[in-house]
Amino acid sequence: MAKNHRGQTRHGSEIEVKSKFGAEFRRFSIVRAKPGRFDEFYQLVQHVHRVPTSELIVGYADIHGDLLPINNDDNFFKAVSTAAPLLRVIVQRKEDADYNAFGTNSTLRKRKGLTGFPGLLKTHERPRPTRDISLPQDFRPVSSIIDVDILPETVRRVKLYKQGSDRPLGFYIRDGTSLRVTPRGIEKAPAVFISRLVPGGLAESTGLIAVNDEVLEVNGIEVAGKTLDQVTDMMVANSRNLIITVRPVNQRVAGGGGTLTSPAAVVTTTTTTMTTRSTNGLLLPGPPEPGSYVIGNFTDVDSEAESDDDVIIEGGAGSLAERITAEASEMEGPNGEAWLHSGNDQGRWSSEQALNGSARSEAVQHRVESTAGATAYGGHQRHSMEEDGTVITL
Amino acid sequence: MIRFLRRTGGENQRDKALKDKFEFNKTVQHGFPHQPSALAYDQVLQIMAIGTKNGSITIYGAPGVEFSARYKEVVSIMQLHFLPGQGRIVALLDNSLISLWEVLDKGGQSELSHKQDFTIPCQPGALPSVTRPTALCVSAAGDKLYIGSEAGSVHVLQLSSSQFDDVLSQEGALQSLPEEYRVGKALGAVEAIREDPRASTSILVGYTRGLLLLWDLNRRSLQRCLPGTQQLESVHWSPSGQQVTCSYSDGSYQVWSLDDSEEQRVPSLLYGPYPCKAITKIQRFITSGCTFVVFSGGMPRASFGDRHCVTVMHEHEHVAFDFTSRVVDFFTVSGAKPGTVLDEPKVLVVLVEEELVAIDLMAPGWPSLTPPYLASLHSSAITCSHHVSAIPSKLWERIVACGVQQKEKHSSAEWPINGGVMKSQKRTSRDLLLTGHEDGSVRFWDASGVALQPLYKLSTASVFVTEADQPEPIQETDEGHWPPFRKVGCFDPYSDDPRLGIQKISLCKFSGQLALAGSAGQVLLMELNDESTEHEINTYTMDLLEENETFRWKGHDRLIIRSGPVPLPAGYQPQLVVQAMPPASLTALALQAEWHLLAFGTSHGFGLFDCHQRKSVLTKCTLHPNDALALEGPLSRVKSLKKSLRQSFRRMRKSRTTARKRPDPTTKVREANARLAEQDLPGEVELAPVQRRVEARSPDDSFTGMVKCLYFADTFLRDGSHHGPSLWAGTNAGVVYAYSLEIPTPEHRNEQPIHARFGKEIQLMHRAPVLALAVLDGKSSPLPEPLEVLHDLAKSPDLHGHHSLLIVSEEQFKIFMLPKVNSKHKFKLTATEGSRIRKASLVWLGTPPSGNSAGTSGIVTGNDEAVETCLVCLTNQGDVHGYSLPSLRLQARFSCMRKEDVTGISSCVFTHAGQGFYLISPSQFERFSVSAASVTELLCSLQPREPEAIHPLPIPEYSPTVNQVKPEDAVGTKKRGRVMENALLTDSRVLEEIQETLNASPPIKVDIDMNQNH
Repeated sequence: MAKNHRGQTRHGSEIEVKSKFGAEFRRFSIVRAKPGRFDEFYQLVQHVHRVPTSELIVGYADIHGDLLPINNDDNFFKAVSTAAPLLRVIVQRKEDADYNAFGTNSTLRKRKGLTGFPGLLKTHERPRPTRDISLPQDFRPVSSIIDVDILPETVRRVKLYKQGSDRPLGFYIRDGTSLRVTPRGIEKAPAVFISRLVPGGLAESTGLIAVNDEVLEVNGIEVAGKTLDQVTDMMVANSRNLIITVRPVNQRVAGGGGTLTSPAAVVTTTTTTMTTRSTNGLLLPGPPEPGSYVIGNFTDVDSEAESDDDVIIEGGAGSLAERITAEASEMEGPNGEAWLHSGNDQGRWSSEQALNGSARSEAVQHRVESTAGATAYGGHQRHSMEEDGTVITL
Repeated sequence: MIRFLRRTGGENQRDKALKDKFEFNKTVQHGFPHQPSALAYDQVLQIMAIGTKNGSITIYGAPGVEFSARYKEVVSIMQLHFLPGQGRIVALLDNSLISLWEVLDKGGQSELSHKQDFTIPCQPGALPSVTRPTALCVSAAGDKLYIGSEAGSVHVLQLSSSQFDDVLSQEGALQSLPEEYRVGKALGAVEAIREDPRASTSILVGYTRGLLLLWDLNRRSLQRCLPGTQQLESVHWSPSGQQVTCSYSDGSYQVWSLDDSEEQRVPSLLYGPYPCKAITKIQRFITSGCTFVVFSGGMPRASFGDRHCVTVMHEHEHVAFDFTSRVVDFFTVSGAKPGTVLDEPKVLVVLVEEELVAIDLMAPGWPSLTPPYLASLHSSAITCSHHVSAIPSKLWERIVACGVQQKEKHSSAEWPINGGVMKSQKRTSRDLLLTGHEDGSVRFWDASGVALQPLYKLSTASVFVTEADQPEPIQETDEGHWPPFRKVGCFDPYSDDPRLGIQKISLCKFSGQLALAGSAGQVLLMELNDESTEHEINTYTMDLLEENETFRWKGHDRLIIRSGPVPLPAGYQPQLVVQAMPPASLTALALQAEWHLLAFGTSHGFGLFDCHQRKSVLTKCTLHPNDALALEGPLSRVKSLKKSLRQSFRRMRKSRTTARKRPDPTTKVREANARLAEQDLPGEVELAPVQRRVEARSPDDSFTGMVKCLYFADTFLRDGSHHGPSLWAGTNAGVVYAYSLEIPTPEHRNEQPIHARFGKEIQLMHRAPVLALAVLDGKSSPLPEPLEVLHDLAKSPDLHGHHSLLIVSEEQFKIFMLPKVNSKHKFKLTATEGSRIRKASLVWLGTPPSGNSAGTSGIVTGNDEAVETCLVCLTNQGDVHGYSLPSLRLQARFSCMRKEDVTGISSCVFTHAGQGFYLISPSQFERFSVSAASVTELLCSLQPREPEAIHPLPIPEYSPTVNQVKPEDAVGTKKRGRVMENALLTDSRVLEEIQETLNASPPIKVDIDMNQNH
């Protein structure tokens, strides 16, 4: 039954809009074929939230979970065309709008950075940059170099944004031997290296990881002493938000011998120019480094953006409000990836709903209020009541 | 991390208390040693020893008495010899080293420890054959060790001083030989040395070439020469001392009489006239008026050269015991009365490569005798195991009774090897270990004590129509009755049909119901019946693909149930069979006896069956449309291999019996091909470096739909105010499905159908396989087992607080609140340390399970504070971790097995009390414990006599050697936490214990009395 239901709504002619203003939610629908112009939509939003006079910033959550603005006809049409079929709109007053909220992963909970992990150089608080630039457009990074300021030069910490893209991570790792400079001299140690990049994969397309780079850390945890299988498992377990710290193959010549844990060992002697290349003792030139040290376009404060975004699909006579959200998330497509992405926010919303009182009464309220703008919605909603397979996301 | 810091205070103290309850011990090894290579028996102390090819020595006495030790390096043990009565054992290793081991008393309990190593002294630069020992012999007094070398010399080692004090070189021996015996140049290696049973001053030395010399050590002169002409294999000197029997490599044996030098019997070739294989060991006794001959091997080479036989002949009885694996060694236990000259072999104990078989030679017909230990776990390969603790006494007795019926053909004689004293605690609970086997059988083992004892064997093969039902013309007919073979032992590695294999077992200990899930989609619901019956077995087919046309199963067929009434022996009898379609191997099974529901899962989906109304309630397809591999059925390949193996064995046997004149014309072609293939493999073929792909798990992976676990719970699935029955299923792709079940009230149970309504679906984002599911009640303790509350054996769960759901995936643990399913706690294991969870189980730590049957998992012992529930898991690195509940914090971590030990990890099973079993070889379970309170360990002692006490040989009165234990010790003094238990024992029980130990006086020591007589 759930399947039927999904099919029905996906090809429905109207788009459900769920508009959030502060702690309030309003629901209405617009016809997909004739969404109207932006200023009409703007007025509708003002109307349903009963703030006809306030200046508002209107944004929406796109399929990747990013908060993108709606401020002209173009991006309004874009928002309507990509909504499938729920359009989540976030409304803010212009005076207390937080422009930083816009952008990649913006709907995810902000987390502390990677800086607190053990085995790293001393961290110092970095002031959060306040950017006074225009709102980001509809683009998104696939990778970034992070923590440049706190890591030794010879080490690079790369974050791969797997989420939101259907591209494979696309790399292989292997065992090898690394030479390290220690107070006792040069020591050989088993290490893990990148062995292959899959053409067209995320890793290759970033240009930040190259074959024969030595893997030092996975999501802030040192891999020294771990087997290849363990490192593989760690990477797979973190694959949704993979941060790997590598010693690039072309950096080793530049005299970086020090291990991460003992920065003092970064000696300036000429012996450290010994390459840490391994298996057959050859120095393999790495591929050229395109645009190294490019800082990501976006802040990395959410670097450990892992979250409890497991999807929970509710069945049977759940509460009405839950069902509405559930319908929406079911429609996100079979992979569910996109929805999960914004799971946190949704979770917060649901809890707010709960705070507002019984979910059912609120839903009723919605229906009453949305009669002006959305005609068919209520009926549709009631129809769906007989069906099961609703979803709640956290 | 912040969360970690935030949560301090009260919980930390609780965690600390929990930490103290963890303690890791590897305690006992159950089963049969892998690759045994040597056997020894000490008639005085009534103990035997088995050495293996990987360098472990284990001494077995009375059940529960075991001493085990192991060489650090991998060495093969070639021979073992006890120093009689001393508790010492000499081992000959394959690296020419001779080691002395000793059972030492350490704080009331004995241990086997290494004492000394010897090598044959030689000049520098001597050939290796000079120092390579080939034969060992311990003098009856246990003070001297005679060592024969490959170079043909005999060295005498004084064990008291560790000095080599005498050498009989081959040159010396040759010189003293009379002229007519000096044939050829050398005598060959020393094959056997025997001490004269009547006088310890002379020894008999047998050389490979066949010559036997009786040598007087005191006078250093030749006493007698026995000119054997065949290549010598073994020598036996009858205990009375009059006759020497030697066996030869051509399958013949010869008896020499020492009293009457005139008598010289010709070698007799028993299984002639065609060439025979060597008789590797022979023993010949003179009993009342008759001889008793026992030997291994000697089979006609052409027709039965592949048989592994031990032949026993006595008067008119003659049996060739036919074993399924190679005979390593054998010995006989003497039952002769003291003072008689005769020797009465009482029990024949044969060590074959895969099992230990004992044959009662006193009982008519020579039935086999079941040893109380060394059970051959792998008689058919183990496919799964299941542990149930604290079995109610009634069910236990019924299972035992069924097992006794099965053993009717076996001898009821007592186990003769009963040296040593077991000091381990008597059984505190009745624990059952069930092993499922490849041939469709399930074995029930008594796992309560240190010895794993077989209780009952259940076979499911008789329910199905198998290949074995249409047997090929049996070969027995063309074999005739000579030699008189008799199959013994239970080791049978060839399964008739791999589809019979048992994959999952679920036993409800309260109702006695047993559910078995097999490799071809069959789920059998069994019930215990004390009588044998004959009834028809109904099959109910459930299509897990839900008639989806797009899927097509390409694997093996389902098994066919026998039509008509099937005769069923007493014991577990199948009530019904649920057949999952497609007939893929079952991957999950859950039995809810209280609700009469049975849930099962395969790689295609899961189904719920109502056992009461006997109809399907629910099927759910979890298969991903693109998953072609899941529809292939990997079993088909295995089957063909097995089948061909079996057939090729049969063919081999047949070809040997008939003609083998013409060489196979294809052989030459094959050889040529092999040569070609070698050339094709040049050295410069580059081995691809080991590399691993790093990729996120995707729903398109194979076997994502495989159902890994099923779980029934009475909990809050829909809302926080109403609880009700529910079914939970976890898949390989990290999806958990939950269904709420509407079960009619008991009065309407017959007519109203059960409804299953979809409740929830949880997709874990990391998509790792879900290994286990559990619901914790408001006090964070797991819900009790079905029927447990009904039987007053557990408190009813706290239904007022919030229930929570524990999901254990391969990568992390998560606890969700119910019914909202919001995440409460989690622990990410793989993301932080790269190890993955392979096995997980909830374990109750604290009070040891109490003695009465009510002590299920120690929950209702009244001492609630003492018991803590925690989560124990085994990782793919071979580590055992313990986590607190519900905070999911790591409390303890132990390294348990090597990470390369894949079978060990996959076979691991945890018990409720915090113990575990895993396979260390196909035939051996290692038992371990993570709980400080529940340890099943070997506590036993052996009280050997001092060598001096034996030395002056005539001992007028031989005092009991083994039972010098004070009564307090006999009851079992396990130091840690066991004192209370002992105090609980009633006086009468203590008395009984003491009586038992005192009554078990050791059997009479024959050898010594014999020596007195002469």
